[in-house]
Amino acid sequence: MSAKMIPAVQCRDLRKDFGEGTTQVQVLRGVNFDAAQGQLTFLVGPSGCGKTTLVSVIAGLLDSSGGEVELFNQNVEQFSARERILFRRKNLGFVYQQYNLLPALTSAENAAVPLLAAGVRRRAAVDQAKAVLVKLGMEERLDTLPSKLSGGQQQRVALARALVHEPRLILCDEPTAALDHATGEAVMDLLAGNAVHPDRAVIVVTHDTRVFHYADAIAHMDDGRIVKTESRRPITTPEVLDGVATFA
Amino acid sequence: MNFVALKMLTGDRAKYLGLIFTIAFCTFLLQNQTSIFSGILKRTGSQIADVSDAEIWVMDAKTEYFEQTKALKDTDLTRVRGVDGVEWAVKLFKGSPVARTLDGKFAVSFCLGLDDATLTGAPRKMLLGSWERLREPDAVVIDHAGYVLLFPGEPLQLDRTIELNDHKANIVGISDASAPFVSWPVMHTRYSQAVNFVGRERTQLSYVLVRPQLGIDARELCRRIEAQTGLRARTSGQFRWDCIRYYLKNTGIPVNFGITIAIALIVGIVVAGQTFYLFTVENLKQFGAIKAIGVTHWRLIGMILLQAFTVGIIGFSIGTGMAAEFFNFFGQKLATRGIILMWQSVALTGGCMVLVMVLASILSLRRVLVLEPAIVFRG
Repeated sequence: MSAKMIPAVQCRDLRKDFGEGTTQVQVLRGVNFDAAQGQLTFLVGPSGCGKTTLVSVIAGLLDSSGGEVELFNQNVEQFSARERILFRRKNLGFVYQQYNLLPALTSAENAAVPLLAAGVRRRAAVDQAKAVLVKLGMEERLDTLPSKLSGGQQQRVALARALVHEPRLILCDEPTAALDHATGEAVMDLLAGNAVHPDRAVIVVTHDTRVFHYADAIAHMDDGRIVKTESRRPITTPEVLDGVATFA
Repeated sequence: MNFVALKMLTGDRAKYLGLIFTIAFCTFLLQNQTSIFSGILKRTGSQIADVSDAEIWVMDAKTEYFEQTKALKDTDLTRVRGVDGVEWAVKLFKGSPVARTLDGKFAVSFCLGLDDATLTGAPRKMLLGSWERLREPDAVVIDHAGYVLLFPGEPLQLDRTIELNDHKANIVGISDASAPFVSWPVMHTRYSQAVNFVGRERTQLSYVLVRPQLGIDARELCRRIEAQTGLRARTSGQFRWDCIRYYLKNTGIPVNFGITIAIALIVGIVVAGQTFYLFTVENLKQFGAIKAIGVTHWRLIGMILLQAFTVGIIGFSIGTGMAAEFFNFFGQKLATRGIILMWQSVALTGGCMVLVMVLASILSLRRVLVLEPAIVFRG
């Protein structure tokens, strides 16, 4: 690989334990994991191997028990709770397996939530969210409640919500698990086409081998460790040339 | 995010309406019971309040409330008049003769005998006729409710004849006297006539009504009267509170109403609080998603308080409206006249509802604030 990787996420010897004493469970056992800007990085592995925990720690939703996490060269674990929230609000977007849309809000309102949380006025936020939804092919469903949307449409709204505030890192947890193959492919098409950006990293946690071909890099996880990494495609963006993408 | 909070609140229509109904019902019950309770106790001093001419009531030293009279000696009136600071003092008689109509309908009544010369204590709110006609022979003024009780379904009419303990009496006026504690007709007549209606005893004087001289404090004058005569002297306000305290202490009224009020409060706190708490718990995943997106704790606190106080204010307003309409309707009925929705009751209930919603918010907030936003990654 000849392109230079600009790291978005760097985990070093990352550990996470749950419980104490005899009931303690080590979920992350010294994870070393990098994800680069401009890449769609898949995190794969069997159930219970620690993928979701790793993503939660990277997102600052869980504290680690040891090791380091750097996002865009900043050690987020040294942030105060409030700084971490504000960092997450500005820099992170999420796509969940179960969409987690607010049932009382329309598609546009749901997609606008990150902007509203950042203090953008309602009308401006909803207009901006509508523009993103239109890009994702949801122009016919802007004012529809989640209960009236199909699974694929809900996931598109969730994707719009993850993109609307232009975050630098998007974390997707099993985004196609609740969808049939064709719909899952369509969602991944949209994710690859809209989320991947030279200034942004996208991490997808998935079991779904049918969508592996979208990955630029794949990190295989088992028993709380990264056991294997693969680079599928070289980084071709101008900013990341001449270097080697690696997984520690 | 206020908009998001309100949409979350109103999105589940059934729970939203359930919360509002619970708070409205609780508000109605609290305002209704506290106002009726206050109204009934207020009635214990109705006849005191209706005497606007005098400020001080002088009575036997052992008298505790209006109904409990022990006749004073006629010389007591002179002794009271002799106290420094007394502008004037007149006698008042209170008895309970049986009133009977010519067609045989009868009822025990309150009969107030007013000073013959001055008619001090005469009812000032007249619906028909004139209290000045009390100077006529056998004249009585009856209150509206008493008239309706004795002459049900008949129009108000003056110069009708009734009997008071077998003595002929002529109705010369119909007053709008405040409702007494028990639903008896209230008759006003002259002192000399009242003692005839009730039947002569060795002493007849129930109360001495006193007006202090200009510039003399009524409470101070009460102290002087008590010191000089050994009788009990109370201002109108004090005497009314004496009556209220007596009934509070010696009847089951406060216990009965207290239980209802306590149940309403507990139901309000438990049901409204629990419903709101469950509403929050059922939305925990939504709050988790919002937390993960990067909403601060302060913002979440604001959202939950906004939700709590929105349902609180709407429910309280509807409940207060229901209570107002209730009293508006029943206030026009003779049996419940004078019982009104008191502003103190509205304020007290408002305070209770704030307490309910703050408690519910605290319980809900605790769950939301300790919630790990990583919950959103669980399928």
